[in-house]
Amino acid sequence: MLTVKDLHAGIEEKDILKGINLEIKAGEVHAIMGPNGSGKSTLSSVIAGKEEYEVTDGDIFLNGESILEMDPEERAHEGVFLSFQYPVEIPGVTVTNFIKTAINQTRKAKGLEDMPASDMLKMIREKSELLEIDRKFLSRSLNVGFSGGEKKRNEIFQMAMLEPKLAILDETDSGLDIDALRIVANGVNKLRSEDNAVLVITHYQRLLDYIVPDVVHVLMDGKIVKTGGKELAHELEEKGYDWLKEELV
Amino acid sequence: MSLKDKLVSSHIVFQDSLDPDSPIYDVRGNAIKTFEAEGFPTKKDEAWKYTSLNSILKKDYNIFPTKKSSLDFKDVERYFINDIDTYNIIFVDGVFNAHLSSTTHDGIDVCTMNSALTKSKYKQVIDVYFNKIVKEESLTSLNTAFARDGAYIYIPKGKVADKPIQIIHFATGSKEAALLQPRNLIVAEENSEVQIIERHQSLSDNATFTNSVTEVYAAKRAIIDYYKIQNDKLDASLVDTTEIEQHGESIVSVHTFSLGGNITRNNLNYYQKGERIDSILKGVTLIEGKQHVDHNTLVHHIEPNCESHQDYKGIFADSAIGVFNGKVVVEKEAQKTNAYQSNNNILIDDKATINSKPQLEIFADDVRCSHGCTIGQLDESALFYLQSRGIAKKEARALLMYAFANTVLSSVKIPQLKQRITKLIAKKIGVSIGFEI
Repeated sequence: MLTVKDLHAGIEEKDILKGINLEIKAGEVHAIMGPNGSGKSTLSSVIAGKEEYEVTDGDIFLNGESILEMDPEERAHEGVFLSFQYPVEIPGVTVTNFIKTAINQTRKAKGLEDMPASDMLKMIREKSELLEIDRKFLSRSLNVGFSGGEKKRNEIFQMAMLEPKLAILDETDSGLDIDALRIVANGVNKLRSEDNAVLVITHYQRLLDYIVPDVVHVLMDGKIVKTGGKELAHELEEKGYDWLKEELV
Repeated sequence: MSLKDKLVSSHIVFQDSLDPDSPIYDVRGNAIKTFEAEGFPTKKDEAWKYTSLNSILKKDYNIFPTKKSSLDFKDVERYFINDIDTYNIIFVDGVFNAHLSSTTHDGIDVCTMNSALTKSKYKQVIDVYFNKIVKEESLTSLNTAFARDGAYIYIPKGKVADKPIQIIHFATGSKEAALLQPRNLIVAEENSEVQIIERHQSLSDNATFTNSVTEVYAAKRAIIDYYKIQNDKLDASLVDTTEIEQHGESIVSVHTFSLGGNITRNNLNYYQKGERIDSILKGVTLIEGKQHVDHNTLVHHIEPNCESHQDYKGIFADSAIGVFNGKVVVEKEAQKTNAYQSNNNILIDDKATINSKPQLEIFADDVRCSHGCTIGQLDESALFYLQSRGIAKKEARALLMYAFANTVLSSVKIPQLKQRITKLIAKKIGVSIGFEI
């Protein structure tokens, strides 16, 4: 599904990612953990195509095709989805209208007609129930005045609507209380299938109790320094990151 | 001969053609003297520091434009908000056009200034209200001196206008540049209510310069919603002066949509003469090329417990120029005033300019006054957020610009008008926003 090869990237002459290699197969859940400033969010932004970052070496492939030259919207059309750590507020555009626009723009890019209104409504109803989202919530302006939990639930609602092949969850657990965490994780788990993959980016192991990863990677100073099974997350939770630093020296 | 000299000498001829018994005969005479003494404003005047009229004053205007013989509704239909029933007061080259208009005297008066100035039954209203709050300065005096026609709206005590009123001033000048000076008077008596939509529209290939003056009186508890659509041709310039006097508990809102034209200058002045008044000033400016839009506002808080809300948003592309000069004066007696002012701007291109100048003069000590001004570019992270959801960059930009302007549109009370403005904005941005607003 996703292959990252020797990826080097940075911002304004500053190297952040220093040779990342990653292979995620369909049906898998990978987690990337690491201390603050290790490059976790940069990696997710670079995969999604944020223009500020410059890729200086390496490549990113989605189902065998390089996506480096694609705009963010083209990557989205190919099935990349990024759940933002800090979703942006857009006054005057309701959640419903936003998701309709996103879906129909994606369909348009694929040469399809707009989704019929009745199908759209049905889908919105199903997916909002999945994430225990109130109807009233859908007619509010996107992320405006949303609590941290509402913002994250809304991100996963969008994921559910857009049905991506590769979903990247960037610090989705930050700012969530335990109930919201459970709802969000439950939503993600229900969306998992043999055809898609999930990349969970997190500082803490907490979320991984609910979204159980097949593979855990540790990112430090722009490099993946250790890869293991889900037990690695528990080890990190217990010991922190320092022992790894020592091990590396 | 300069335009000023031409105007002053033409006024002698104009005055000769008028009835000396007219209630405003002397008013006109005095006004031309004021104009003669002051001349046109220049950049040396503090209030005109960022807006020069020089380029438009050089043209040779016909002061009494010749009227085009006919104007069919189908030719101008698109300038009307025509999916709602409205009263229409339509002028063509400064002259009332009965064919395109639909006026009334049934309970309310929706007719022309020319009738009001010449018919005796309106004399009392004219005596009380005409030219009473207009400041004696060059351009307003010039308008007063030549005032012939415009909209006359009188809503008696307790009446609610049963439908919105559209005022459209068309300019057709097919042979020469035209100077138009419409004069509107809007009086809403106690507990009355009215909605007004106004537009100046050139149909001409020649330059037009419109120097418009409107006086608005809101008596106790009157509610007036006034919408101005400025989306004119590239060689049409407008100085639009609106003077508003409000009395206790009245609410007057003015929304100005500045979407095109050459030089557009809005003078919007509120005088609060009573308690618990609410004054609402909103504007969206969306211009490109070398267009120039200047909002010069004043809210004069004279009495206690009143509010004012100003929200102006501007988006400037290419080398367009915007000016916002918002003055709020809170007199010593005006305790418990709540005055809010906000001016936010987005510059799309490096050459675009905005001059934003809030001016607060507060003499009372127990007030809440806030003002904020921002100038920036479209938020890159917001753009990335939309793109990452599959929305193409162009559409994403449009959506963000719409979202930016939306706080101003949300208070438009006429849904059809709101939709029209939204469409106009979407068209200016160059995309179709794929959903109903």
